[in-house]
Amino acid sequence: MSVITRGFRGRGRRDENLPPGQYLTEDFPVLSAGPTPRVLPDQWEFTVTTESGQRHSWSWADLQALPAETPTVDLHCVTKWSKLGTTWRGVSLDVIMADVESVADYALVGSYGGYTTNLPLQDLQDGQAWIAYEYDGEPLDPEHGGPARLLVPHLYLWKSAKWVRSIQLLLADEPGFWESAGYHNYGDPWREQRYWGD
Amino acid sequence: MARAAVLGRLTWRVATVTAVRPETATTRTLVLDVPDWPGHEAGQHVDVRLTAEDGYTTQRSYSIASAADSSTVELTVQRVVDGEVSSYLVDVAEPGDRFELRGPIGGYFVWRPSVKPVLLVAGGSGIVPLMSMIRTRKAHPPGLGPFKLIYSVRSPADIIYADEIRHTRAPDDGYERNYVFTRETPPGWPDPPGRLDAAKLARAAPWLPRNEPEYFVCGPTGFVEAAADLLVAAGHAPERIKTERFGPTGG
Repeated sequence: MSVITRGFRGRGRRDENLPPGQYLTEDFPVLSAGPTPRVLPDQWEFTVTTESGQRHSWSWADLQALPAETPTVDLHCVTKWSKLGTTWRGVSLDVIMADVESVADYALVGSYGGYTTNLPLQDLQDGQAWIAYEYDGEPLDPEHGGPARLLVPHLYLWKSAKWVRSIQLLLADEPGFWESAGYHNYGDPWREQRYWGD
Repeated sequence: MARAAVLGRLTWRVATVTAVRPETATTRTLVLDVPDWPGHEAGQHVDVRLTAEDGYTTQRSYSIASAADSSTVELTVQRVVDGEVSSYLVDVAEPGDRFELRGPIGGYFVWRPSVKPVLLVAGGSGIVPLMSMIRTRKAHPPGLGPFKLIYSVRSPADIIYADEIRHTRAPDDGYERNYVFTRETPPGWPDPPGRLDAAKLARAAPWLPRNEPEYFVCGPTGFVEAAADLLVAAGHAPERIKTERFGPTGG
């Protein structure tokens, strides 16, 4: 069911690079539910905890010592804006997870400031996700998630947790912050999975 | 962080414009009739989908301005530069026109009636979801916690809902408003034009962190970043500061 809106013309052309319902922006909008946490790199620590309780941790220096990549990716925010061709620098989750032994299917990602988001572990693997600490050649701004954020660009951007601090590997899925507040559990922009039931 | 649920599947509904009200030179309110509207909470938003005759379609999100559980949905929209949806809603739509809408959306930036003191901090059109909170409080039986509003605008002409804000101000409402004018003040205004700062915040919101006030901050990204940082620096718990940021572009 689609209603024609009298007098609306719009830009008249859909961009094939944009998922349904998205529009292009050249800016870099910010969506956060609270104040921006200020985390200094020398206080930063990132942990991965497996389903058996085994804990792996990385300091800022540890992260910097890992081999980095420079992915160029498209970003799609559930609030409708998309930004194409953004360049980041960070460490692939494949590198982070190389020595982590787990049979878990799910991940719950946690941030400084208390934010959480969940996704299947396989969406963090095979070159699909990074712990990113540079954007466009510069250290990542706090308002965009610095010093480091998760980057998992094939899902809506709320899954790319800013100020990332931890990943818990879980045998059973556990909804995160927005996933508990009406947003889609998986969040594939190309299937327009914005909200529960989409 | 607190959580709240939005229940059920969000289906697209056909909204019909029943009235339009100019608010400022760049904003206006659209009063919508939405059949079977399930009701909303103060602070939530909706998605709007417009479809042109040639089938082109596009979506944007807008905060709800009307009080929780009111029978109509009111949106107050600001025209943004090159905004294909906002320019339609502000300049073109007339009573009788129809478009699609779904919601309500958002279970976090929401005020539910309580006895806790509340500070609302608005920048520009960030007043819209906060106005829904003010209207919800006004429609509620007395006994709720006091509200204070800090509203930052460029000039007096940019105040959205100016008359309503003036008339709902009353001590027995427990509601007070303070303006911050960043570019141009009214004649005789005690402060020179300038941004919200720690002193203005402390004067407008004398609550101490131990009073456990709730904070709702809404506006452009830079404004929200600055206001939330000021609150944190004043010792307020970050987890009680709820923010909603408008990007520099929108629609």
